[in-house]
Amino acid sequence: MSILTIPSKNVPIDQIPALVFPALLDTLLMVGIVMVIVVLVGIPLGALVHNLAPGGLFENPALHSTISWIVSIGRSLPFLILMASIVPFTRFITGTNIGIAAAVVPMSIAGIAFFTRIVENSLRGVPPTLVRVAKASGASPLQIIRTAQLSEALPSIIGGLTINTIAMIEYSAIAGTIGAGGIGYVAVTYGYQRFDNTVMLATIVILVATVASVQLLGDRLVRLTTPHAQTRAPRASRREASLV
Amino acid sequence: MISLEQLTKVYGHGEQRTVVLDRLDFSVDAGEIFAVVGPSGAGKSTLAQCVNLLERPTSGSVLVNGENLSRLTEKQLRVARRRIGTIFQSDGLYSRRTAAQNVALPLEYLGVTAAETRARTAELLDRVGLATKAGHYPHQLSGGQRQRVGIARALALRPSVLLSDEATSGLDPDSTRSIVALLKELRDDLGLSILFITHEMDTVLQVADSVARLDHGRIVESGRIVELLRDPASGLGRALRPARSHERAAADATEWFVSYTSATVPADWLTRLADRLGVTVSLLGASIETVDGATVGHASIGVVGADHEHLIAAARSLGLDARPAQAEQAAQAEILERVA
Repeated sequence: MSILTIPSKNVPIDQIPALVFPALLDTLLMVGIVMVIVVLVGIPLGALVHNLAPGGLFENPALHSTISWIVSIGRSLPFLILMASIVPFTRFITGTNIGIAAAVVPMSIAGIAFFTRIVENSLRGVPPTLVRVAKASGASPLQIIRTAQLSEALPSIIGGLTINTIAMIEYSAIAGTIGAGGIGYVAVTYGYQRFDNTVMLATIVILVATVASVQLLGDRLVRLTTPHAQTRAPRASRREASLV
Repeated sequence: MISLEQLTKVYGHGEQRTVVLDRLDFSVDAGEIFAVVGPSGAGKSTLAQCVNLLERPTSGSVLVNGENLSRLTEKQLRVARRRIGTIFQSDGLYSRRTAAQNVALPLEYLGVTAAETRARTAELLDRVGLATKAGHYPHQLSGGQRQRVGIARALALRPSVLLSDEATSGLDPDSTRSIVALLKELRDDLGLSILFITHEMDTVLQVADSVARLDHGRIVESGRIVELLRDPASGLGRALRPARSHERAAADATEWFVSYTSATVPADWLTRLADRLGVTVSLLGASIETVDGATVGHASIGVVGADHEHLIAAARSLGLDARPAQAEQAAQAEILERVA
């Protein structure tokens, strides 16, 4: 990367945007790819874990504890250690152990484990009556999962997805320390290793702004998907409702 | 028509074996509302889940219009469930779907076309008096309205049997009355067999033609409401009578409880009773009403200086059963504890 060839110790202020904005794009790309994988794998996996549990649609204690165990291992390793320990696997999948492609593998694994638990927890919050309603209405297991479980838990899942995305932004910074690129890489190499406080400050501001935007967007989506959190029904119909 | 034959449900094995339902036998004819009452733990919810096939009976069978539904494969079961509409307690609506979308659920599961679904949903909402509320979310509806949506949804696939599982529990008296009226109307118009599971005795009196009392998984008493009310020995009949307080008798009088045992009690039985006994009889409290077109009633009276044997005999000749008020009160308190 060309930044490494800049001779002076501190990056001049007018060159900071050229340094941090491409790095921000890298971070967003990295987190974006990871989150797509996380959602595609985490939702089915979370629904599966939930429904293998006692009282679920396909109750199976043995399989449930096996999958639950694997997910817990993924959850319990600190990200830095997880990342370092699966380097051979990462290289096998992507052919490299540096750069965005290499960071996506450990981040996806950590993210899937995280999100599986979030989905499982959200599904647990759905009243069990709704599953009975769906069954009694003639729904197939897949229809039950889609309409009675995932759909009803959607606001909660989106809330969890927001938390998960923010955690992934944080993980991307950790991945940056082993050369994944992105805003974390800039913060570590310039801010930390070269004591460039201006770059450090710039990365902090950008990270705070990014996380705040993700949170704002997430909150908004949660509100949009929760009928009773939206603006109330027109006054007239509310009065009718109280009369009948 | 739905019939249960020797329906038994057992949970656990060996030492932990619990018989939740013990050889239940009853049937609900087309156009009949059959109530099942019992205290919590009597097996009511297990019964509901066996009837709408969410649980498989351990033995015995559930027959709808003569077809045995308890020996089907999982896939056949899904189809069979469509013949039984279930109304759940008022929390059974999907919170992120409008009233119309909730009613459309069974049609959606079945794969009915969008246009057909729209037409049927509108028709159903209109049927339950919610045509103007199609676009409302559950949180914008009152408890009674939510339950109407639940009823419309239960009817979506034109079932011949309707199972109401504590459908009026938690509703205020007005909403309960309107839901009961709707169920009776639907029963009359569509010839439904309605199995009404509840722990509320006053709702049973409003809605049902017949009632069975479930206790520890067994039916301990059952019969037509009017007959139970007219049977002075019936615990259920006693539990169905609303317990109201009445005036106290004068100090020199004894309190008696009188209930109608036949259809031909003369309207002026009180004066006739006093004439026959030649004593003063005062009325302390009474309830006389028609259930299914038949008159039933009971009264508390104060009697001064009559012979017990004479009083009971005179009452019997008028189609009444008379017994000391204290004994009746004790018996009623006891049965109420065991019923709900």
